[in-house]
Amino acid sequence: MVHTFEALGVYIAVDVNSGAVHVLDRAAYDALNALIAAQGQDPDFSQKPQGAGPAWEELKALYDQGLLFTRDDYIDAPAMAYLGEEPPIKALCLHVSHDCNLRCRYCFASTGDFGTGRRMTMSFDTAKRAIDFVMEKSGKRRNLEVDFFGGEPLMAMDTVRRTVEYARSVEKAHDKNFRFTLTTNGVLLDDETIDYLNREMSNVVLSLDGRREVNDRMRPTPGGQGSYDVIVPKFQKLVAKRGTKDYYVRGTFTRENLDFAADVLHYADLGFRHVSIEPVVSEADRPWALREEDVAAIEAEYEKLAAALLERPEVNFFHFNVDLSQGPCVIKRLRGCGAGCEYVAITPDGDIYPCHQFVGNDEYRLGSLYDGTFDRSISQRFAQLNIYTREKCKTCWARFYCSGGCSASNLAVNGDIQIPHEIGCQLERKRLECAIALRAIRAGMSE
Amino acid sequence: MEHIRTLNGATLKKSAAHGGCGECQTSCQSACKTSCTVANQKCENEENR
Repeated sequence: MVHTFEALGVYIAVDVNSGAVHVLDRAAYDALNALIAAQGQDPDFSQKPQGAGPAWEELKALYDQGLLFTRDDYIDAPAMAYLGEEPPIKALCLHVSHDCNLRCRYCFASTGDFGTGRRMTMSFDTAKRAIDFVMEKSGKRRNLEVDFFGGEPLMAMDTVRRTVEYARSVEKAHDKNFRFTLTTNGVLLDDETIDYLNREMSNVVLSLDGRREVNDRMRPTPGGQGSYDVIVPKFQKLVAKRGTKDYYVRGTFTRENLDFAADVLHYADLGFRHVSIEPVVSEADRPWALREEDVAAIEAEYEKLAAALLERPEVNFFHFNVDLSQGPCVIKRLRGCGAGCEYVAITPDGDIYPCHQFVGNDEYRLGSLYDGTFDRSISQRFAQLNIYTREKCKTCWARFYCSGGCSASNLAVNGDIQIPHEIGCQLERKRLECAIALRAIRAGMSE
Repeated sequence: MEHIRTLNGATLKKSAAHGGCGECQTSCQSACKTSCTVANQKCENEENR
C-alpha cells in the first residue's frame, strides 16, 4: 500500500508496509497518483504504460528494490502467534490521588474523584501491593514503568516517596528496573518537590494549556481563579533545574481554542522545549467538544504549526517527533498502547482498570489488589486488539504509526473499544503527514 | 534518481527480525495520555538499531 500526500509544499509517498518514505517532484507525484488511479495498489510494472514519463522508470526501480507497493507478508506466523498471546503486565498508571486542587472544565476524571463523590489519596499499603503486583505479573520483562497520576499526585507526595523507596529497595533482587514518571498540574510544586522529581522521575508531564487566557478559562482553581500565574513560574523553575532529563509541557485543546498553534508557540516563548498539546476527549454534547465540522480547521492549524516550527528547530513537539528509521519495531506497532493487557491503572482503593480513562467504569473493572482477583476475560479482549483485528485499521495508511489509536476514546465515542474514533483518526493522520514533511524538509529534500 | 529521493528505507520490514522484546516504554506513559502515537517511542533493543 502506498499513501501519497502534499504537506508544507512537499510531495511525499509512504510505502506503508516496508516503512519506506520517498520525496517526489511534481512530475513523479503526478505519475504515481495516475498509476494508483489506473491500477490500484498492486500495479503491473512489467510493461511501461503508453504515455508514461521518465518518472515511471524511477518508480519501477523502487518497486524492484522492495521500496514501493510492498506487502506485509513479512509479518509471518510467529509474529501473528505472538499477537495472540497475552503479554505480561509491565506498566502501571498509579492513581495516588483521587483528589485535585484545580477544577478543569473538561476533566475526564470529574475534577479528580472519577465520579465517585469520594475524594481520597492512595495509602502506602495499596501502592506497595501495586508494586508487588507488577513485579509478579511482569514475567521476564525487566523495564517496569510506574506513572504517578491522579487527580493530582502531588497531593499524595508521602505515598509517592514511599512507593519509589520501596520499589528501589526490591528491584535488584527481582532483576527489574523501575522507571517512574509523574503527571502534575504544578500547583503544589515547591523547591524540595522540584528537586525530588528531577532526581527520581525519568519523565515529568507538566499540565498547562498554553496562553494565559486559554489556560485560565479551562483550568481554574476551586475558587474560580486562573491557575496560569501560579504554575508557570514553578514549571520554569523545574525545567531550568532538570538538565537533560525528559519532560513534556502538555496541554489540551478544545473547540474553544482551535488556534492552538499559538499555544504551542507560547510554550516555546516561555522557554519550554519539549511540548505537546492534545485534542480534548469529551462527551459530544459539551460546548468544548471537537466536532466533525472542526476537522478542516484543526488540520490547517497542524500544518500552520508545522510551518512555524520550521523556524523554531529547538522545539520538540511530541506528535511531530516521529523517528522513521529507529522507532519501535513493527511488532510493537501492531498492538499499540497495550492498555488492559500490558498496561493497567490502579485506583486508591486498589481496583484495577485497563487504563486511567476506564477508571470508574464497572464493566471494565479488571479486579482488585486486595482480593487478588483479575478478570482475564477482559484483559484478553484488550490483548487481542491490534491493527489486523480493528477492521478500519486494516486499510489505513497510518496503521504502523498510530497502531490502532485509543480504546477509551473509541468507547467514549462509538461505544466499542474496537471501532476507531474517526475524528481522532483524521487528526492523527494529519499530524503524521506534518511530521513526515518536517523530516523531509529538515533533511534538505524540499527542493 | 532525478525525480525521487528516498528519505527512509525499508526499516519497518527490517525491524521484524529482532522485534517484540517488549522492553520499550508504554506509549501512553510518555506525554499524551489521550491520543496515541506509537511511532515516536524509542526502541530499547540494540539489535534493532
